Amino acid sequence: MSLLEVEDLRLRFGGLLAIDGLSFSVEEGEIVSVIGPNGAGKTSAFNCVTGFYRASSGRLALRGENLLGLRPSAVAARGIARTFQNLRLFGELSVLDNVRAGAHLWLRQGILDALLHTPRYRRSERECTEQAHHWLDFVGLRGDRYGAARNLPYGEQRRAEIARALARRPDLLLLDEPAAGLNQGEKAEMLDLIRRVQGLGIAIVLIEHDMGLVMDVSERVVVLNFGQKIADGRPDDVRKDPAVIAAYLGSEAHA
Amino acid sequence: MTTTGQPRLLGTDKPPTLVSRLMDNRWAGLAGLLVAVLAPFVIATPYALSVMTSAAIFVMLAAGLNIVVGYCGLLDLGYVAFFAVGAYTAGVLTTRVGLPLLATVPAVLVVTVIAGVVIGAPTLRLRSDYLAIVTLGFGEIIRITANNLDVTGGPSGIYGIPSLTANPVVFYYVTVAVVALAVLGAARLGRSRMGRAWRFIREDEDAAEAMGVHTYKVKLAAYIAGAVWGGLAGVLFAAHLSAISPTSFTFLQSALVLMAVVLGGMGSIPGVVVGAVVISLLPEFLRDLADYRFFLFGVLLIVVMLVRPQGLWPARSKEALK
Repeated sequence: MSLLEVEDLRLRFGGLLAIDGLSFSVEEGEIVSVIGPNGAGKTSAFNCVTGFYRASSGRLALRGENLLGLRPSAVAARGIARTFQNLRLFGELSVLDNVRAGAHLWLRQGILDALLHTPRYRRSERECTEQAHHWLDFVGLRGDRYGAARNLPYGEQRRAEIARALARRPDLLLLDEPAAGLNQGEKAEMLDLIRRVQGLGIAIVLIEHDMGLVMDVSERVVVLNFGQKIADGRPDDVRKDPAVIAAYLGSEAHA
Repeated sequence: MTTTGQPRLLGTDKPPTLVSRLMDNRWAGLAGLLVAVLAPFVIATPYALSVMTSAAIFVMLAAGLNIVVGYCGLLDLGYVAFFAVGAYTAGVLTTRVGLPLLATVPAVLVVTVIAGVVIGAPTLRLRSDYLAIVTLGFGEIIRITANNLDVTGGPSGIYGIPSLTANPVVFYYVTVAVVALAVLGAARLGRSRMGRAWRFIREDEDAAEAMGVHTYKVKLAAYIAGAVWGGLAGVLFAAHLSAISPTSFTFLQSALVLMAVVLGGMGSIPGVVVGAVVISLLPEFLRDLADYRFFLFGVLLIVVMLVRPQGLWPARSKEALK
């Protein structure tokens, strides 16, 4: 059984079929890139998988368990974490608190524990803080962890968002354009970070426009165009695929 | 008003100074409590005691509304509804059923939780402005209902509600103790898993949901917590005045509590306590100005918001750290 199975997914916005019969799968620990021209339906597909959009029809399953129709928090509870194309950190909160959000699902602490400051409260708070520091170390955050997240430089915010997703301890991590807006040095660091995340046994699906990064890091590439999958395979094969070249460069039919 | 607006956390990137450390730690809370405990030794006229007791109850209301507006970012313009539900439940059960005041507390808890669910469950599906309008409506519905029911005494309300004690000094200290616990409780909730989830929702509801926060349930929890705080403050209020009527629970009350939260600094416990004390006591200090006092009160509020838009004692991102 694959980790994530997407079968014949359709998403309709009024008269527009944003995703038209998309099928793909992700295996345990695999890195898959989803590429395609702007408006191809990449982020829409992400939003369907994570429950932000409700697919019109199709099948979505994580380890065979249905995901379709679940609200985003329930999808997150099944073991999927994501980042957003436009950074969605909790800007006014400290960087540390942002990463603590990842602990929400596994932190065992009741209202009474919090009101009475029971040993369980203290223990869980300590664990949550230690974990947050651990993941900030893991992504190599250099900025002020106690300051507001919106004060971090852009590249650091990208990393903080990934730390927050990792603190969830997911089986599958969806990264929506993790390298967007990063300079060359930061891109290299991001590449390294993605590999290290894979080293933890976490499968990754990423949407990315930087083809260098995609070809370098992916084990498999899925290409979308107009809501449909036009190619799926090893990076080298996809690169040579005439349909992909046509989609990106424009064929006579589409020019 | 909830999430937009001015930066609320000056000083996040500065190293802690002596002042900020003093303001951050629990000494601030103990100092506040000490002031409340010592106040009757400075002035103990029946009138002053009554004003101070009212101020303490107002602090509890502000602490409760701060959970909803400050922590969770849900603009509630009808918060006084829960205050009314608590006060009327205690009033009806003591005068009509003959229960002692303390025995009404469990019933008040149950009724306010139900009120929180009934008002919150349909409204919390709405966002921002729509939520504000609907809560405003609910606040009015509760007041008008109390105005028209027989059991609540109609427009003349309920009187002869027994107090906990005949001695106003003792009642003041009981009130201070209850309010202190309520403020401490609200602060502790704010520093817990739930309190963080509330702030995540305030900052970005979608991102919170993506991290596994069931935003609807967590918002409802904030609403219920706010309802319980407001309801218990209502019990103190009923016992303090021994008479309640619909005129005590107008929109102006909701607006004043909200003003205390915003003035003090949304999401900051010391802030809302200071804000509530200022809002409830300032009109008393301006009493000599007779007809001009509410005019000056308004001008002062505008000046404060212009000079310190983040509130008198704003929340810092470090607040949730300790």
